[in-house]
Amino acid sequence: MMSNLDINFFFEDFRLNAYILNVDLQTDATLQVDISDALSERDKVKFTVHTKSTLPNFKQNEFSVVRQHEEFIWLHDSFVENEEYAGYIIPPSPPRPDFDASREKLQKLGEGEGSMTKEEFTKMKQELEAEYLAIFKKTVAMHEVFLCRVAAHPVLRKDLNFHVFLEYNQDLSVRGKNKKEKLEDFFKNVVKSADGVLVAGVKDVDDFFEHEKTFLLEYHNRVKDSSAKSDRMIRSHKSAADDINRIASTLYTLGTQDSTDLCKFFLKVSELFEKTRKIEARVAADEDLKLADLLKYYLRESQAAKDLLYRRGRALVDYENANKALDKARAKNKDVLQAETTQQVCCQKFEKISESAKQELIDFKTRRVAAFRKNLVELAELELKHAKGNLQLLQSCLGVLKGDT
Amino acid sequence: MAASSERSPPPFPDSEEPELLEDSDEGADAFTGTSISEMDSPSPDSTRPPKDIFNEPLEDIFSDPLSNINSEPQKKVDTKIPSPSSDEVVDLFSDPLDDDSEVISSPEVQNPMPDLLNEPVQAPKSDVLGEPPVHKNAARQQYIFEDPPKGSSKSSSVKKAASAELFGDEDEEDLFKELPKVVTKKPQPLGPPVDVFTEVKSDVKVKPQVKDDPTDLFTEEALTAPAPKPSASSSSSRTNGVHSEEHDLFSEATVELSLDSPRNDRKKKDAVKPSVSAPVAPVASSSSKAPSKTLEELEEEESEDTFDLNISVTNPEKVGDGMNAYMAYKVSTQTSLTMFRSKMFTVRRRFSDFLGLYEKLSEKHSQNGYIVPPPPEKSILGMTKVKVGKEDPSSAEFVERRRAALERYLQRVVSHPSLLQDPDVREFLEKEELPRAVSTQALSGAGFLKMLNKATDAVSKMTIKMNEQDVWFDEKIQDVENEEQHMRKLHIMVESLVNHRKELSGNTAVFAKSVAMLGSSEDNTALSRALSQLAEVEDRIEQIHQEKAANDFFTFSELLADYIRLLGAVKGCFDQRMKAWQRWQDAENMLQKKREAEAKLLWANKPDKLQQAKDEIAEWEAKVTQYEREFERISATVRKEVIRFDKEKARDFKRQIIKYLESLLNSQQQLIKYWEAFLPEAKAIA
Repeated sequence: MMSNLDINFFFEDFRLNAYILNVDLQTDATLQVDISDALSERDKVKFTVHTKSTLPNFKQNEFSVVRQHEEFIWLHDSFVENEEYAGYIIPPSPPRPDFDASREKLQKLGEGEGSMTKEEFTKMKQELEAEYLAIFKKTVAMHEVFLCRVAAHPVLRKDLNFHVFLEYNQDLSVRGKNKKEKLEDFFKNVVKSADGVLVAGVKDVDDFFEHEKTFLLEYHNRVKDSSAKSDRMIRSHKSAADDINRIASTLYTLGTQDSTDLCKFFLKVSELFEKTRKIEARVAADEDLKLADLLKYYLRESQAAKDLLYRRGRALVDYENANKALDKARAKNKDVLQAETTQQVCCQKFEKISESAKQELIDFKTRRVAAFRKNLVELAELELKHAKGNLQLLQSCLGVLKGDT
Repeated sequence: MAASSERSPPPFPDSEEPELLEDSDEGADAFTGTSISEMDSPSPDSTRPPKDIFNEPLEDIFSDPLSNINSEPQKKVDTKIPSPSSDEVVDLFSDPLDDDSEVISSPEVQNPMPDLLNEPVQAPKSDVLGEPPVHKNAARQQYIFEDPPKGSSKSSSVKKAASAELFGDEDEEDLFKELPKVVTKKPQPLGPPVDVFTEVKSDVKVKPQVKDDPTDLFTEEALTAPAPKPSASSSSSRTNGVHSEEHDLFSEATVELSLDSPRNDRKKKDAVKPSVSAPVAPVASSSSKAPSKTLEELEEEESEDTFDLNISVTNPEKVGDGMNAYMAYKVSTQTSLTMFRSKMFTVRRRFSDFLGLYEKLSEKHSQNGYIVPPPPEKSILGMTKVKVGKEDPSSAEFVERRRAALERYLQRVVSHPSLLQDPDVREFLEKEELPRAVSTQALSGAGFLKMLNKATDAVSKMTIKMNEQDVWFDEKIQDVENEEQHMRKLHIMVESLVNHRKELSGNTAVFAKSVAMLGSSEDNTALSRALSQLAEVEDRIEQIHQEKAANDFFTFSELLADYIRLLGAVKGCFDQRMKAWQRWQDAENMLQKKREAEAKLLWANKPDKLQQAKDEIAEWEAKVTQYEREFERISATVRKEVIRFDKEKARDFKRQIIKYLESLLNSQQQLIKYWEAFLPEAKAIA
């Protein structure tokens, strides 16, 4: 469907984006991961994950493997399920590639080929291909961001599963979750969110965490809202651009009807609309890339941070419960030893989580500020660039049109 | 008015009578003008002179009406003229021309005088003279009592009504009988009166001020050569708005033609107001000297001159409550055209008045192949919303949209040279109260009839198979068809753009709020600040999008909607032409049949019926020639109209689209400004 060449053409652009999202604090060259290529097949996307590393546990310094979306999810889940990483913000998993809408449109276009003029068809096709490519591009970028975040994380980068994911050049034979597992996941989630409410109600002893908790709760909701709203905004921007495109082609047909002055005028205006359309579409695409994607990423990242706080809160509750149990046991002078060990385990766990979580949350904030800065600056620059381009276009066109009349 | 006519009682000497009769007419203007001059000019005294003149010797009175004529359109300045001009007749004729640059109308008016003096029949003085004044007196008095405080624009309507009452049908008949004669008498080599009719129309539309004058000139004629017919025609020409237009035009035609030669000479000297008088010269010369000059050429000249006529429709206002409520609009006209009674005037009109105007115009003009600009469509839904009276933005938008459409509609009407001359148009613009247009309701008997007519028209259109001889028409009809189709498509798309832009604007506003919230919960101060700045930028961008949407709609989409309607009107013209063709063909066929019948009779040797058959053939031959001529005339008109339409269209589109693009340009500039302001904020995030 999409040749690799086409896709590669777009790569430079979003690689940049990926790095912007992923402003890592650590700048070492011991482990660098990127997605060098991607291939869209019928219902799946194959990513070529390329690794460069000087770490001793890899056999080679540079290697590539082919991975699918499900394998990324597996890696993410393995992090989440690992108790060891309870104190860290697990980088959010990349979203599922969703080409269905785009594919459907392409198919419809093929069916309606007869009812359109050739120009209209070509134009529509180009439009859809561009849309498809944009989605593809984003999907790849999201997957890459995930890997980069993991690779940059001081602890997670050493994870065995991660290394296997990077190096093992066979299919990991990860299967999707079956119905039973999905149901279990669902119940887990219900329990978790119910528990989350309970845990959230517990007053934290530490002011820092108390503050972070309220902040994240609010922030997450708002970023969610913003993300949804920005999506809607961009979608209508895109439809407006499409309309301009259609207007341009109708003006063109009007213009080619005759060879009067007015027709020439129409042709020029059509040309202008065509160019304006491109600019508008670029504006929409850039807003999508710089604004909507940023918000979406932070929606998921803030969820991950919230999850971290939940785990810490859970540990705190466990610790308090263990303390109570110990007090009870002491009072009854029964199972004291057992209660003491539980209490100690809980205490250790809680303290460990608290310690790493504090650092993680501080890092999260620094990363977030830096990412927003970069993206907003770039957004403003791009908007300016496009607006100026558009202005120039209009000016020159008006000059020509006025000169004519 | 009453005063003056009372002052001229019947027992005056015969020779004096006509003048007084006419005087009373003119003086009336000046008098009712007093009420106006009280408003317009600081000194009501300035209107006195005419009155005094009445009492002065005869010779003076003779010159008097003239100066009053001046005073009519020109008001105060001109009312002063009487005093010098009343001294001697000769003076008057030469004087205003050289001295008073303001009095453009006067040269034309005055010069004909000598001609007219010599020309018209001097015969039946007394019989006419005796009667009209009496009538008038009575009528005038009545009127004065009925509505004394009316402006001079009023006075015309009063006069109209009065004279209509007075002279009634009798006069019109008179007029009709007389007019063709008058026309043929004139040096004009124009041929059939029909041609004169159109010719004059085009003449009149270039030089609007002639309009008022001719009527006066006629009264002039009545003075010097008081015959029943001129006074009748003068009165009926004043009945413009009340009676059907034909009379009016014909009476004007006569006037025009009788004036042609003198005015022509005059024109050359008179270069006072080039914008108005310049186009007159070619027209006048073309009508008097070179009648061969084609109408098309005339059209070209006209399309270049600019009409100094600004019409605006403002202040939509809801009148009444419930389902009987309606919107009234203020129609203000600003003009220097002397055909109007003042330079600025305002009337209130409701939507159905606009529709009524269209009905009247299309009834009169569309069968002649003119493109009558169609008004905006009735919208029961939109209006019901307004009626129900919820002050929501959609109904406000509806009203604004309609207001703008009505304004453009009127502008199109007045920019059409022949329609501008239509008395209904003037009446619409000037007259305070219009009779309620009844047949415009969508759900009325008339509406139903209209629908029925449309349906039959559509059927007959399908049944007529016209084999087009004229390549130009063949192509043009096809072009118009295609163009309309594309315009419709374009219109749909622009509408969709408008909707998407509105949606975008709404979504941007929502996003701006959301970002503001996000900013407020962000705990990094600099980032929080930047986000709230971003929210502000987005808020402004929302405004830009909104403006863009409005711009899309009002300058682009409405333009297309107008032209889709106009193209419909163009198609209607083609249909009219086709109908004319059909009539001609039918007549041809009939003639053919008659001829066959004659041949049969010949063969059967029935001489008794032969004569009848021959008569019939002659009759049908005449009809065929007539219809053929009509078809040719309508073809020429349609062609001319379509050329004019194309020009207007090109101009309109260019102007509107450039306006549209300029507004886009403006938006882009603002956009740049906003983002430029934001950039340092974003960079300040640390």
